[in-house]
Amino acid sequence: MTTTPDSQVVLSVEDVTVDTRPKGQKPIVRNISFDVKEGETVCIVGESGSGKSVTSMAVMGLLPKDALQVTGGRIMLDGEDILKVTPARMRELRAASVAMVFQEPMTALNPVKTVGDQIDEVLRLHTKDSPAERRKKVLSMLDRVHLPDIERVYKSYPHELSGGQRQRIVIAMALILRPRLLLADEPTTALDVTTQKQILYLIKELQEQEKTAVVFVTHDFGVVSEIADRIVVMNRGDLVETGTRDEILTAPKKDYTRMLVSSVPSLIPRREPIAAQPKVLDVISLQKRYGKKGLLSDNTVLAAQDINFTVHKGEITGIIGESGSGKSTVARCVMRLTDPTEGSVVVNGRDIVPMNNLRDVRKQVQYIFQDPYRSLNPRRTIGQSLMEGLINYGMDEAEAKKRVGETLELVNMPASVMNRYPHQFSGGQRQRVAIARAVVMKPDLLIADEAVSALDVTVQAQVLKLLEDIRDNTGVSILFITHDLRVAAQICNTVVVMQKGKIVEHGAARDILANPQHAYTRALIDAAPAPDWDFQNFRPATAAVAV
Amino acid sequence: MTTDSGNTMKAEEALDLPDMEEAQNASGFGQLIRGILSTWPARISAVVLLLIILMAVFAPYLGTVDPVRLDPSQRLQGSTAAHWLGTDSFGRDLYSRVVYGARISLAVGAGTVVVALLAGVFFGVLTGYFRWADIVIMRFMDGLMAIPGILLAIALVAISGATLTTVLIAISIPEVPRVARMVRSVIMGVRNEPYVEAASVLGTSTIKMITRHMLPNTIAPLIVQGTYIFASAIMTESILSFLGAGVPPETPSWGNMMADGRLYFLVKPELILYPGVMVSLTVLSVNMLGDVLRDRLDPRMAKRI
Amino acid sequence: MLSFVVKRVLSAVPVLFMVAVIVFMVLRLSPGDPAVMIAGPNATSEQLADLRESMGLNRPLLEQLVIWLGDIGRGDFGTSLVSGKPVTELVMDRLWPTLALSTTTIILAVAVALPLGVIAAWQQGKWLDRLVMAGSVVGFSVPVFIIGYVMILIFARKLGWFPVQGYKPIADGFGEFASRLVLPSIALSFPYIALIARIVRTNVIEVMGEDYIRTARAKGQTERGVMTEHALRNAAVPIVTIIGVSIAMLISGVVVTESVFNIPGLGRLVLEAVLARDYTVIQAVILLFSTIYVFINLSVDLLYGLFDPRIRY
Repeated sequence: MTTTPDSQVVLSVEDVTVDTRPKGQKPIVRNISFDVKEGETVCIVGESGSGKSVTSMAVMGLLPKDALQVTGGRIMLDGEDILKVTPARMRELRAASVAMVFQEPMTALNPVKTVGDQIDEVLRLHTKDSPAERRKKVLSMLDRVHLPDIERVYKSYPHELSGGQRQRIVIAMALILRPRLLLADEPTTALDVTTQKQILYLIKELQEQEKTAVVFVTHDFGVVSEIADRIVVMNRGDLVETGTRDEILTAPKKDYTRMLVSSVPSLIPRREPIAAQPKVLDVISLQKRYGKKGLLSDNTVLAAQDINFTVHKGEITGIIGESGSGKSTVARCVMRLTDPTEGSVVVNGRDIVPMNNLRDVRKQVQYIFQDPYRSLNPRRTIGQSLMEGLINYGMDEAEAKKRVGETLELVNMPASVMNRYPHQFSGGQRQRVAIARAVVMKPDLLIADEAVSALDVTVQAQVLKLLEDIRDNTGVSILFITHDLRVAAQICNTVVVMQKGKIVEHGAARDILANPQHAYTRALIDAAPAPDWDFQNFRPATAAVAV
Repeated sequence: MTTDSGNTMKAEEALDLPDMEEAQNASGFGQLIRGILSTWPARISAVVLLLIILMAVFAPYLGTVDPVRLDPSQRLQGSTAAHWLGTDSFGRDLYSRVVYGARISLAVGAGTVVVALLAGVFFGVLTGYFRWADIVIMRFMDGLMAIPGILLAIALVAISGATLTTVLIAISIPEVPRVARMVRSVIMGVRNEPYVEAASVLGTSTIKMITRHMLPNTIAPLIVQGTYIFASAIMTESILSFLGAGVPPETPSWGNMMADGRLYFLVKPELILYPGVMVSLTVLSVNMLGDVLRDRLDPRMAKRI
Repeated sequence: MLSFVVKRVLSAVPVLFMVAVIVFMVLRLSPGDPAVMIAGPNATSEQLADLRESMGLNRPLLEQLVIWLGDIGRGDFGTSLVSGKPVTELVMDRLWPTLALSTTTIILAVAVALPLGVIAAWQQGKWLDRLVMAGSVVGFSVPVFIIGYVMILIFARKLGWFPVQGYKPIADGFGEFASRLVLPSIALSFPYIALIARIVRTNVIEVMGEDYIRTARAKGQTERGVMTEHALRNAAVPIVTIIGVSIAMLISGVVVTESVFNIPGLGRLVLEAVLARDYTVIQAVILLFSTIYVFINLSVDLLYGLFDPRIRY
C-alpha cells in the first residue's frame, strides 16, 4: 500500500444519487459515499446491475445526457464539486485531472485515426506544446506503457494492434497528462488472463510513479484481491459495505458480501478423476482446418490439430484455453456443428464423423451454448423450445410435456414456466432452461461451451452446482469448455489444456492445476488472478493445504 | 442500506414475473398499432390513407360519373355544378377520374407488394439457406439490380403490351432482388445464432428450421420493406403512365391523367396538379407510416435505407 | 492494392454478363414476334422472312445471344431499327445533355444534403431535426415531374426567370446552357437530397453512440471537435455508398426529367426507342446505364479505403 494516514483525499463521493431521466421511480444509484486518497486503489465491486459503472461515469461527468442524471450529493475532486462546474471547466478537468480507461479496448479507439494522433489529441486540447514537443511526449508515454517499436506503433491504426496493446494505448492516453485520478471501468475484462495480468501490473506501476488515485470498477474478485487497497461493494444501486482488502476478503460483515465472496471459484482443484467407467467420447487425431486452399496460396487456418482425449461415463472433462486456442472448435466438431477435417469422434463406440444422418447421435450428445440470451428462440415459449427435441424424436405431446415438466424441476424451475417466453427470465434462469433443454433429451454427453462465462459470479456458482447435481443424478458425462481456470478447478475431474490449436497438457485436474508440467499451463496458472486465495473459506489457499 | 442483503439473490431468482397474458400482449398486434399511432404525423398519415382507401372502395357512390365517358363539347371546362373539378381535354370529368384513379394506384401498390414479397422471400430463403443456390441466383439478382428499374419496367410494358397485369409485374420485378437480399441476409444472420444451432442439435428438420426459427425473423423487416414497396410502386406506376408506358391510356389512373394533361399544362395546370397531389399524398402518407413502422419494428434497417 | 483492384474489376464482369443476358431475354422472350413489331402489321410474309433472316431471328436463341455478345465485345452495338443510324452515334449525340443534367444534380444534392443531415443529427429530436426529416419524407414522396411542373409554373411561367423548357449546348454560350439546366437540376435533386440527408443523419447519430466518441469526450474534446474530428470521418463509408447509389439511381429520374423539360438526352432516346420498339437502341442504352451503375459501385468500393484504414487491399 502506498498511502499513509495523512495522504490527501483526491476524490470524495458524498451521498450521490443517480436517477433516470425523466425521473424514475427507482434511482440507479442511491446515496453512495466513498473517498479515494492519492496513491490508493479503491475497487468498486458488484454484479451486473449494481450501478458500479454508472458511479464511475458520474465521476467522469459522462452519464448519457438524455437518460441519466445525478440528482443528489456531491462529487469532490481535489476540493472542487464537479457537479457544479461549467461544461468548459469539466472539459478542462477531463484527462488533465481525471482520466478514464474503458472496458472494451477494441471499440474505445477511433478506428480511422492513428493511435499516435489520438494520444496527441489530448495534448493538443490541454497544452500549448509545439508539434515536435507533443510528438516527443507521446513517444515517451508509449515507451512508459511498454509498447515495443514505438515509432511504428505511433503510426499504427487501432486495428493493427492487439487487444492488450490497444488497452496500453488507452492507458497512455489517460495518463499522459498525469491526472490526479484514474477511473478504470473493467479495463481487463475483455482480455485474456495473461494480458490481464500485464495490464494490471502496468496500471499499478504507473500509479506508483505518479501517486495517482485509482478507482477500479470490476466484477472479478480475483482481480480485486490482487490490486485493491480498499473495496467498495455495491448491489443494485446500493453501497453494501466498504473496507480494506483484508476486511472484505476475510471477514465480510454483510450477508451479501459473504455470499459474493464465497461464490468466487478458487484455483484449488476439488475433484478426483473417475476410474473404471466405459468411454462415452473418444476423440482421435482430430483436425480442423478453416478455409480452402487456393491453387497457389494457402489461406487456411489450422484451428485444431492432433486432438486426442477421452471422456468416461459420469466424468466432467474441461477443455481450457485462451481465446484462439481452438477449444470451441473442438467442441463444435464433437457436436458436428462443424465438420472436422480429419480424425474420428467416437460416441458410445460409433465414429460420428463419416455419418450423414446425425439423428441418432444428436440424441446422445447435447450442447449448452455460452450466451443464454441468444440460445433460446425469443418467439417460442419455454415449453415449445424444450419439447421440440422430444417431438422431433417421435414422442407425443402429452408425454413430452410431462417429461419437460420433470426436467424443469430438476433445474429448480417450476413446470409452470413452460408457458412463458424467454424475455421474461434473467440470464441465470435462461441458462437453467437451456440446460433443461439439453438434459431432457437424456443424453450421454453434455457439451457446455463457456456455459457459465456470461453469468454473474453468484449465478455462476449456482449453475455450476446444478451441473454437478445433474451429473450425480443422471450419470451424464460433461465436456466443459472454459477459459477460466478457477471454474475448471471447481468442477472438472480431468482437464485438457489447449494452446494455438494443440493440446499442451492433459490429465487429472488435481495434477495439472496443482502441478503443471507444461510452461504454458504454468503461465496460465500464474496469470490467473488470486491463485493463492481460497474465497469460499475466506482465507489464503495455503491454509487449505495446511488443514 | 439494506441489512439482509442475503435475500437479494433469491429475489432475483424468484419467478415474480408479470402474468403470461400481459406479456404476450406486450408483443402483440394491438400494441404495435397503438405504438404506430402515438405521434401526430403518423395519425394524420393513417387518416389520409384510410380516406384514400375508402375513396377507392366507394368510388361509384361518391357523386361520380363514368370516368371514361368522352364529351368533346365539354373540353377543358372549369369547375361547374356538373363537373366539380372541371373536365380534361377529352371532356371527361376530372373529379370522377381522380376518385377512380385511387383504385388503380392502390391495386398496383398492393399487387406489387404481394408479388415482390412472395418472390423475394422464395429466392431469399433459397439463397440464404442453400449454398448451391446462392451463387447462381445472386449473380442473376446482381444483374437485375444493375438495370435501372424504371427502364426495365418501361421496356417490359412496351414489349408485353400495356395491361394492368404487365404493369404490375414490370414494377414488381425490379423490387424482387432487394427483398431477396434482405431475406437472405436475415437468414444467413440467424443461421449461426445459438438458438438455431440448438434446434439443429435437437434434430429439427430443415423445413421446420426455416419456418419456425428463421422466417419469423424476416416478418418485421418484410412489413417495413413492404410499406416502402407499396409507396414506390404507386410512384412508379404514375411515372410509367406519365411516360406513356403504363396501364392502357383510357384507364382512369393518376399517371394517365397527368400524361394527358401534359400538352395543356400551361393552359390548365390543374390537369396535372390534381392527380399529382393525390399521388404525392398517398405516397407521402404510406412513407410516413413506413418510417414509424421501421422505428418500431426494425431500427437497424434505417441504415439500409 | 493493384491485385484488389483487378479482382474487383473482374468481379464486375459476371454481373455485366448477367445484365446482357437479362436484357436479351426480356426482349426476345416476351410475347410477340419482333419482326412483326418492326415491320408493322401491313408487312407481307416475304418481307417478314427477309427481316428475320437479316436480323438473325430465325437462328437458335442461344446462337443469337452469342452473336450479339460477340458484337458487343467488339464495340458494335448495331444500327437503329428505326432510323438506320449506328447506335453508338445516336448515343453519343444524346450523351452530353444527360451528363450535364446528372452532374449538376448530384453536385447540388450532395452540397445541400450533407450539411442538412449533419445538422439534423446534431439537433437530434429537436425541431430543426424534425423539420429536416419531415422535409425529406416529402422530398421523396412527391414525383419528380410534379416538382418539375410546379417549378416551371412558378419560376418560368409566373416569374419568367428561366426558359420554360429545352436544352442548349454549352457551345451556344454558358448563360444559355446554364439557365436551362437550373430548373431541371433542382427538380431532379429533390429526392436525392432527401435520401442522402436521411442517411447522413442516421449514420452520424449511430457513430455518435460509439465507444470512441465517449473516449473523445473523456479526453476533454469539445462537442464540435467530437463531431468534426471523430464522427464525420467514421460516418463517411455509408455516406459515400449512398451517394454512389444515388448516382446510379439518378438514371431513372433523368428519363422523367428529360421528358418534363424537353431535354434531348439519353432518357428521351430510350423512351423514344421503347415506344418505337427499337430493340438495338433499347439494348444498348440499358446496357450502358447498367455498366455505369456497376462501375460507380466499383469506384465506391475502391473509395472506402480512403476513409477507413481497416479496409486494405
